[in-house]
Amino acid sequence: MNLLTPEIARWIVDAAYILVAFLFISGLKKMSSPVSARGGIVWAGFGMIIATLVTFIAPFSEHALPTQLATNFGLVIIAIVVGGSLAWWSGRRVAMTDMPQMIALYNGMGGGAAAAIAAVELYAGNAHGVVFSTLAVVGALIGAVSFSGSGIAFAKLQGLIKRSFRFRGQQVFNLALLVSVAIIGIALISGFHATPAAVTAFFAVALVLGITMTVPIGGADMPVVISLYNALTGLAVAFEGLVLQNPAMIIAGTVVGSAGTLLTQLMAKAMNRSLGNVLFAGFGESSSAASGPVTGSQKPIEASDAGVMMAFGQKVIIVPGYGLAVAQAQHKVWELAQLLQSRGVTVKFAIHPVAGRMPGHMNVLLAEAGVPYDLIADLEEINAEFETADVALIIGANDVVNPVSRTDKGSPIYGMPILNADKANNVIVIKRGQGQGFSGIENGLFYLDNTRMLYGDAQGAVNQLIQAVKSVG
Amino acid sequence: MIDGFIAIYIFMLAAFTGYEVISRVPVILHTPLMSGSNFVHGIVLVGAMYALFHASSTLEQVIGFIGVVLAAGNAVGGYVVTERMLEMFKSSGQKKPAGGHHS
Repeated sequence: MNLLTPEIARWIVDAAYILVAFLFISGLKKMSSPVSARGGIVWAGFGMIIATLVTFIAPFSEHALPTQLATNFGLVIIAIVVGGSLAWWSGRRVAMTDMPQMIALYNGMGGGAAAAIAAVELYAGNAHGVVFSTLAVVGALIGAVSFSGSGIAFAKLQGLIKRSFRFRGQQVFNLALLVSVAIIGIALISGFHATPAAVTAFFAVALVLGITMTVPIGGADMPVVISLYNALTGLAVAFEGLVLQNPAMIIAGTVVGSAGTLLTQLMAKAMNRSLGNVLFAGFGESSSAASGPVTGSQKPIEASDAGVMMAFGQKVIIVPGYGLAVAQAQHKVWELAQLLQSRGVTVKFAIHPVAGRMPGHMNVLLAEAGVPYDLIADLEEINAEFETADVALIIGANDVVNPVSRTDKGSPIYGMPILNADKANNVIVIKRGQGQGFSGIENGLFYLDNTRMLYGDAQGAVNQLIQAVKSVG
Repeated sequence: MIDGFIAIYIFMLAAFTGYEVISRVPVILHTPLMSGSNFVHGIVLVGAMYALFHASSTLEQVIGFIGVVLAAGNAVGGYVVTERMLEMFKSSGQKKPAGGHHS
């Protein structure tokens, strides 16, 4: 212990945290380009390992060691092993389609941890002064809401909760909860009633608020909510970092807080929803599935004809939707694309920002099947190209190619930017049956003169197309 | 120890940094990036460890223990899923992973 004087321990911890902050920020920076993204998460991972290891030294930087340090050391190690191995096990085996709810779950755990830190500080009466106790209380509120809210988001996307619970005066009820948690919070800050019972009541109300805020939100809006909770957890971590005067927590938490806020805005914009709309109004409540001016009939096509059409085309643009992922047909689609490529057909994948369960989710699912990212184009890149495409192949996508969003002001998706698949010379739609998208809106695309419907599940239909292209020879 | 105003400076600069770092991210990386930033706030582990180290009553130890378990789950889980997703992103030039086996 002679070598590790409090001064030296302090110096090691502080120096290491600078390195940690550098690794986190440059890791996130690298993660914003597909070429360097993999290296980015590894850098950030090293940052986390360094931060964790060096924190074991931190207690020795104090002149008076914490009273139960030996026991607590053991508890910390057990807790890390328990939490870490459970998360490792679940993270390795989760299917790519289930990724959104898994992110929600891990995010909620972070929020819960931030709330737990605040709880320890508040029960122990460590947060002295108005500034520190305010930070602790606000961080605790945000963390607790993020914890229980993310839990609900997980349960909804996982299918454990199937309906959206709404009742009369729900928003008034939530407001009442918010007011009461604020009153208890102020009591805690002022030190007027900072009893353990008050702390307990504070956390109880905050946790309930997270639940009641999240249950009315529909599954389709959940990605935006998860992203919001992600940003909030970052903010909660930053606040608790200010309480503990820990620069690594302040920097990492704040960076995530602001980056997450931006990401939430981008997602909401891509879905043509405002954040307020997502949080305070259920989808389709304002206008109930307006039946647009759709005329004509759906014209079916045989897989063999569709195969010939693509095999002799110059350019085919594939528009995958979540129906593709549900049918686990990504690998088959890539096989079809490669088959067409070998015949000299230019193949591209067009991804709408909200394809999949959250923005970018479909890219992950295609990447899993081995589709190179340079064949995948997003909305702005590809929309001008549809006019030159011989075939637009729509698989399991619906609302994101619905031209009604351009014309029908009464439609809930009016104004949402769509993929201009209708501009292609021929449109082939693979679809289970004649149903409607999640928003329950008729799709004008299906009735156009240049559109043909190939009925069947994505897996089977794509398989038929592969056989058809092969038999062209 | 960080002085009050220094902390606010750090807070402000970090907020701008986060915004700038993300602002040019392509949509294809939104999901992994959200997952990656979710991993980064796993740094809460450091604070949870601090809280548990200093716990002096059984109640504080229990809450601190739960906090460390949750924080470790956030950090490790966030890393594993992000790495799994990013590992799959390949360009046409790179060797293709198993998937589309055919002649």
